[in-house]
Amino acid sequence: MTEVGSPRLRSEDARLVTGRTRWTDNMTPAGTLHVAYLRSPIAHARITRVDTEPAKGRPGVVAVLSGADLADEQGSLPCAWVVTEDMRLPEHPPMAVDEVRYVGEPVACVVARDPYAAVDALEEIDVDYEPLPAVVDMEAALEEGADLVHEGLGTNSSYTWVFENGDVDAALRDAPVLIERRYVQQRLIPTAMEPRSVLCVPEGDEFTLYSSTQIPHILRLMLATVTGVPEHRLRVVAPDVGGGFGSKLQVYGEEVIALLLARRLGRPVKWTESRSEGNMTVHHGRDQIQRLTLAAERDGRLRGIKVELLADMGAYLMLVTPGIPLLGAFMYSGVYKMDAYSLTCTGVFTTKMPTDAYRGAGRPEATFAIERLMDELAAELDLDPVEVRRRNWIRHEEFPYDTVAGLTYDSGDYESATERALELFAYDKLRAEQADRRERRDPVQLGIGVSVFTEMCGLAPSRVLGSLSYGAGGWEHASVRVLPSGKVEVVTGTSPHGQGHETAWAQITADRLGVPFEDVRVLHGDTAVSHKGMDTYGSRSLAVGGVALYSACEKVVDKARKVAAHLLEASEQDLEFSGGRFSVRGVEQEGRTIQEVATAAFAAHDLPDGVEPSLDSDATFDPENFSFPHGTHLCAAEVDTETGMVRLRSYVALDDVGKVVNPVIVEGQVHGGLAQGIAQALFEEAVYDAEGNLTTTTMADYLIPTAADLPEFVTERTETPATTNPLGVKGVGEAGTIASTPAVVNAIVDALRPYGVRDVPMPCTPERVWRALRDESPPDLAEPGAGGGLGSAGGAR
Amino acid sequence: MPRIRVEVDGSSYEDDVEPRLLLVHYLRDRLGKVGTPVGCDTTNCGACTVLMDGLSVKSCSVLAVQADGREVTTVEGLRAGHPMQRAFHEEHALQCGYCTPGMIMASIDLLRENADPSEDEIRDGLEGNLCRCTGYQNIVRAVRRAATEMRRPASEEVTS
Ligand code: FES
Ligand code: FES
Repeated sequence: MTEVGSPRLRSEDARLVTGRTRWTDNMTPAGTLHVAYLRSPIAHARITRVDTEPAKGRPGVVAVLSGADLADEQGSLPCAWVVTEDMRLPEHPPMAVDEVRYVGEPVACVVARDPYAAVDALEEIDVDYEPLPAVVDMEAALEEGADLVHEGLGTNSSYTWVFENGDVDAALRDAPVLIERRYVQQRLIPTAMEPRSVLCVPEGDEFTLYSSTQIPHILRLMLATVTGVPEHRLRVVAPDVGGGFGSKLQVYGEEVIALLLARRLGRPVKWTESRSEGNMTVHHGRDQIQRLTLAAERDGRLRGIKVELLADMGAYLMLVTPGIPLLGAFMYSGVYKMDAYSLTCTGVFTTKMPTDAYRGAGRPEATFAIERLMDELAAELDLDPVEVRRRNWIRHEEFPYDTVAGLTYDSGDYESATERALELFAYDKLRAEQADRRERRDPVQLGIGVSVFTEMCGLAPSRVLGSLSYGAGGWEHASVRVLPSGKVEVVTGTSPHGQGHETAWAQITADRLGVPFEDVRVLHGDTAVSHKGMDTYGSRSLAVGGVALYSACEKVVDKARKVAAHLLEASEQDLEFSGGRFSVRGVEQEGRTIQEVATAAFAAHDLPDGVEPSLDSDATFDPENFSFPHGTHLCAAEVDTETGMVRLRSYVALDDVGKVVNPVIVEGQVHGGLAQGIAQALFEEAVYDAEGNLTTTTMADYLIPTAADLPEFVTERTETPATTNPLGVKGVGEAGTIASTPAVVNAIVDALRPYGVRDVPMPCTPERVWRALRDESPPDLAEPGAGGGLGSAGGAR
Repeated sequence: MPRIRVEVDGSSYEDDVEPRLLLVHYLRDRLGKVGTPVGCDTTNCGACTVLMDGLSVKSCSVLAVQADGREVTTVEGLRAGHPMQRAFHEEHALQCGYCTPGMIMASIDLLRENADPSEDEIRDGLEGNLCRCTGYQNIVRAVRRAATEMRRPASEEVTS
């Protein structure tokens, strides 16, 4: 075991740093036609007329089609997660036919010889709209007599999902301490740097569809289901993909239409979105309103939590839209012990872009809620926020632990992680500085934010998905082929788009087979190469796909052992396998390398009975449980009480992701995750105005962080191996995002607590911080120090 | 249609172009130089950054006609194993790699102006280049590493 755990630099980089990358938009086979979409400029309207004739006459235009033109073949975009039996699931045509329900919804498309001709011709399409009321506010949408997004449904509620364990009412009744809060998880735009792009190439009655997708396997099945193109006539390729963060875990209308157009026109068809188009029409994330009640004893021990959730579905239910809040439903108890928990989640239709998975998907919202509440509880009881957590968390000797939310956490050590984080952060020193600044009434106050988190990832045990009515399983597949020359090809069902599987999977393989790292090539992202798989999302690739690969390697070694034993005329039991070589115990010089065995298995001249030629194997892994990375994040923020400016001064991320295959990649994942979680806390928000217009359509309006906006992170790890897989690994992709949002907001609120502030809505822009200071504290209390007992100002209701 | 003459990555091209054609589209669609990607339509992301006469520009903010008579270097034109490319690899300064061509070109220009930038100077200098994957920390490290490397006398430079 030398490769696993070592900081290998990535093999992917060679093509990426030289511009030899294969992005979908880089491919333009001869004869390619280009598509441009006319999109609804209105949030909600009936389409009364679409005139495509003038556009058809433009030079270079090959076809112009409206939704009505495709009505017979376009089907309805799939939703794979029917969360309740009575869930309302409206039709979702890839191109609108008679009604549009969000700004940006496709209404017609032009197919032309080049992208310019296509875009130019859009101007010549005439559409008459009869405006209908926009439905923008979730709470208003549920009131009696509210305007409806889908007239036919008679309501804007898609479903109500309920979870209960223990007696929450009893826990809340006569609780010594009750913390009640309403938090808003603002709508976010995932913003992968590579815009979506799709190219569909017909070959007779077969099609190859290249797409900037995270899910080539799922996409193939879904495209076949929607369009009727038989699954075995369709090959889906995810070439190099420039980030996803959940946004490319989707079956988009533009992908369906590319296939339909290629079928109709018999030529390659390509579409690449502009960023402004993408901001409107790549699915959004978050957008929930949380009403929370936490009940505790006076000593800080938790009794229970009650959660009432409204989740904005947007106008339609896309691939896993309704299930996203449910992924959070199991995380509201966080790392803590309590006896009672209830959650009611209502999915609400609005005239906005549908929401769906975005990094963390449900778990960031839940983690934010519990970690913000723990800080509020600490303030109420005048306890240190770390201490109140310590009194409630699951102790390391209590694992495996059945949580009140119905999960079994297999492992964890919150004590060690927190202890180390506090040390790295210099917690006591910063607290002393904070006290000093409060004392001095420094206009720049210091706040310390704590977030002790865990999350469920490694999606997912198939039987659990089944019990939640999800439309598929959660297993993963890998195969390993030792080629006749002794080089190794690995095929994985995961579909990386920045995560470095080509490197990490080669490390696992090199160790298991005892071959050089350089001799392993990892193939992925093409349904013709990787014939089965469940793709990449939910921090599942290593925890599920990596384990499948591990099993496939074991199978190859088992087969090789049979062949080697035969060649060496020894019994299998007498063989040792180490460093890629089988040898007879005690007779070290007698041996065969795995490469020699591969050659022999290929020649097949002399194989033992029952052993098939070729040294290869297939394996799938279906996890028995989720994986539960955890950690303690600490954030120090300086908040200028005069301007509302927030400066992150230091950030410590202590993560426990179990065994680590490649520490370089893990650290990178943590950094990127932190950036996105911090961005939710401080910068990002997708804004719709009262008419349902998205006002953040460009990168100038929707502000993702720049290098200058972020601090240097201090990252370190503890290592508590997962007990539910042989590699001991846990997921890492989403941890940073999940942990960091509450850490940052806790720091800001902590800085302002002496001023009576007990919440700042996200994103905590200078204006919002400033308003929180002005609104939440009457002028006479605004004087620092007036409240005396710092940290106790945000009392319970 | 105006005719332009441009040198791109060491080769000369002469083409008739529409006046509205952006340099990045000229590079990608006409010359097949697809190593330079497009990440936005408002000149915010920097993914398309190239060098024009040695200075970094966002090639989506320049018209092809403005490149007439100029020399353009894209990421594809860097000499093999350029220290900046090596540094990005060695510091794991990329994940999906979509921002990387632009980030590398912008960083080269940053070091041209300031051969030994501090961390803050790097962060400020790269403000026009967005990365959604890395959180920038390793990009800053990579630029620091390349700066050290590039300040060394050429004779010492390791060629790998
Ligand atoms: S493509 Fe975004 S700045 Fe040029
Ligand atoms: S590496 Fe993905 S955007 Fe920078």
